[in-house]
Amino acid sequence: MTSASPTTAAAAPAGPSTGPSQGRTLLLDGITQRYGASVAVNDVTLDIRGGELVALLGPSGCGKTTLLRIIAGFLAQTKGHVIVGGETMDGLPPNRRSVGIVFQNYALFPHMTVAENVAYGLDARGVDRATQRREAQRMLDLVKLGHLGDRTPRQMSGGQQQRVALARALAVNPSILLLDEPFAALDKNLRLDMQIEVKRIQRLSGITTILVTHDQEEALSMADRVAVLSQGRLEQFSPPTDVYDAPESLFVNSFVGSANRLGGVLEAADRSGGRVRLDVGGVIETRAPRGDVGPGDRVTVCLRPEHLRVDPGAAAGDGAGEALNGVVEMGLPLGATIVHEIRVGDGSAVKVAESRFERASVLAPGTPVRLAPLAPRLASVFAAA
Amino acid sequence: MAATTLRSVTTYDLKLAAPLALGFLVFFVTPLVILLALSFQADPQGSRYGLTQYVHFLADRFSLGVLGSTLWLGVKVTALTLLLGYPVAWLHQRAPGWGKGVIMLLVLLPLLTSVVVRTFAWVVILGRQGIINAALGGLGLIDAPLKLLYTDSGVVMALAQVQMPLMVLPLITALSRIDPNLADASSVLGAGHWRTFRKVTLPLSLPGIIAGCLLTYAAAITAFITQSLIGGGQMLFMPMYIYQQASTLQNWPFAAAISIIFLAAVLVVVSVFTVLGRLSRGYTNA
Ligand SMILES: Nc1ncnc2c1ncn2[C@@H]1O[C@H](COP(=O)(O)OP(=O)(O)OP(=O)(O)O)[C@@H](O)[C@H]1O
Ligand SMILES: [Mg+2]
Repeated sequence: MTSASPTTAAAAPAGPSTGPSQGRTLLLDGITQRYGASVAVNDVTLDIRGGELVALLGPSGCGKTTLLRIIAGFLAQTKGHVIVGGETMDGLPPNRRSVGIVFQNYALFPHMTVAENVAYGLDARGVDRATQRREAQRMLDLVKLGHLGDRTPRQMSGGQQQRVALARALAVNPSILLLDEPFAALDKNLRLDMQIEVKRIQRLSGITTILVTHDQEEALSMADRVAVLSQGRLEQFSPPTDVYDAPESLFVNSFVGSANRLGGVLEAADRSGGRVRLDVGGVIETRAPRGDVGPGDRVTVCLRPEHLRVDPGAAAGDGAGEALNGVVEMGLPLGATIVHEIRVGDGSAVKVAESRFERASVLAPGTPVRLAPLAPRLASVFAAA
Repeated sequence: MAATTLRSVTTYDLKLAAPLALGFLVFFVTPLVILLALSFQADPQGSRYGLTQYVHFLADRFSLGVLGSTLWLGVKVTALTLLLGYPVAWLHQRAPGWGKGVIMLLVLLPLLTSVVVRTFAWVVILGRQGIINAALGGLGLIDAPLKLLYTDSGVVMALAQVQMPLMVLPLITALSRIDPNLADASSVLGAGHWRTFRKVTLPLSLPGIIAGCLLTYAAAITAFITQSLIGGGQMLFMPMYIYQQASTLQNWPFAAAISIIFLAAVLVVVSVFTVLGRLSRGYTNA
């Protein structure tokens, strides 16, 4: 619960006029959720700064919604604590948590007008009618729907409904804003508009926000930090660029962006990097190996398609390791990039994405080529899966 | 929905509905027309025609009293059924899988036994030596047995139980149509259980309430068996009144006129409910 009573919290000028420093911290401390014998969330700890936008990213069924429901108070966690601004939320019902939530299906009240929807939380806090109306109008103006307050939700488009849901959640000036796959139901163009819009409002209000998504682009583009979940476990919690450039697990490497996986044996490793002899031939310089592996161990190397270069018949090696030989299987011009699928030594396929600036046209299938990393130490190494 | 025609709702040959239409014509429309014709006979012999029977009914305090008490009985039964049925439907909505099954079975069970059997069970419960009186007497709470059977409240109670499925089933349907996220959204916005119920669940279940009330009302005022067995000789409601006029007194024209008046009264109530239902559906359309 916030230190201010709900009434004063709502009566005070709500979110957007206050500075970004106003956001409250959110600590998820060792959260575990069991459903019978199955574990939906497994010992997840997230320390979220005030005003930060954190994306919960993971495949379907990894426990994202469960975690959100625990923060909102719809579900009591089996273990662990939810702490907002230093105060524990455990055991508090949803209506006393000062949390705002936008559901995937928006969950607007169909029997109320848009303005009534937005004013609902203020009404529940006993705010007087005039203030309710003024605040609802202000929130609707914020989401650029000020002129549509008298409509009912079903007279609105999907994007408009979502903005109403956002206005409704923000109207009560919550400490934490939760967004459960808020853009999943929107078509592509609208989705981008709304992502920018939400990011703008979040910046403006400085509210600590958790965005649930299984769309990696959305997570990487919108979030200050990304928490990647897999089967209820936290795999990585870092800024988007780190999640992409320095994945901490094989799962993160494959789930975020795409990766070519190649088996090999670690030849040497220290803090700054490693060297792996690949099963398909060639040696590659890599980032420092993750996990408990030492020289001589079997490892999996992950190479991003855009970190590779295709050289038709070029000479071997250039300091980043010995080049890999292969044959072009297929070439796909994808607008700004060209993707080649190269069949290497043992028959496994390696994808290479090059910018059109580097390569003007597709190589014919059957062309013998050599693959080389664009730079040393781009590839990640993990203990063999 | 003004543009909806019979043609537009089905692609099947409408001739397939002919047997049903014929049955409807022979067994429903025809008797109704005969009834209507009969009601305009001025005397049982049918020598003269006119509005005599209607004038007779509408000028007679006793007859109007019977009509009034029947319609009022329906109101009381419907109110009690709604009051008792809503929590059952709400529980059904909240219950885990097996609980839903048990509640549904309990709701449907009465439909599997005859109305006569259920009504006699109420005679046993309400009678002078019945279960209620025996229990209260045994506890020393009453000296003389309470009069429950052959009273208005007895009839209302028995009818409420007998008609309960008609109320609970539409309510369950309506409640299950409400998006569970709406209640969550309400609570996270700061509303407690009671406010969420008042502002979200109750208004959104209005279509079910209206459908349930309509069915219960129509069933309660026409429930000949329960009304007569629990109400006994002293209490007269329209179905029994019609039966007496027709069978005992052989006054067929008057019986027909009462029937038509009763039918008209019921139709008025039904149309009011239907209009309310349509409004509420437009209002809650999710
Ligand atoms: N009420 C429940 N009872 C039993 N298991 C449940 C329940 N709710 C969720 N689960 C399980 O918990 C796991 C996590 O579910 P959750 O809904 O949090 O996934 P999610 O990450 O939100 O997935 P999605 O992207 O598909 O929405 C799933 O394996 C799911 O089957
Ligand atoms: Mg989910």
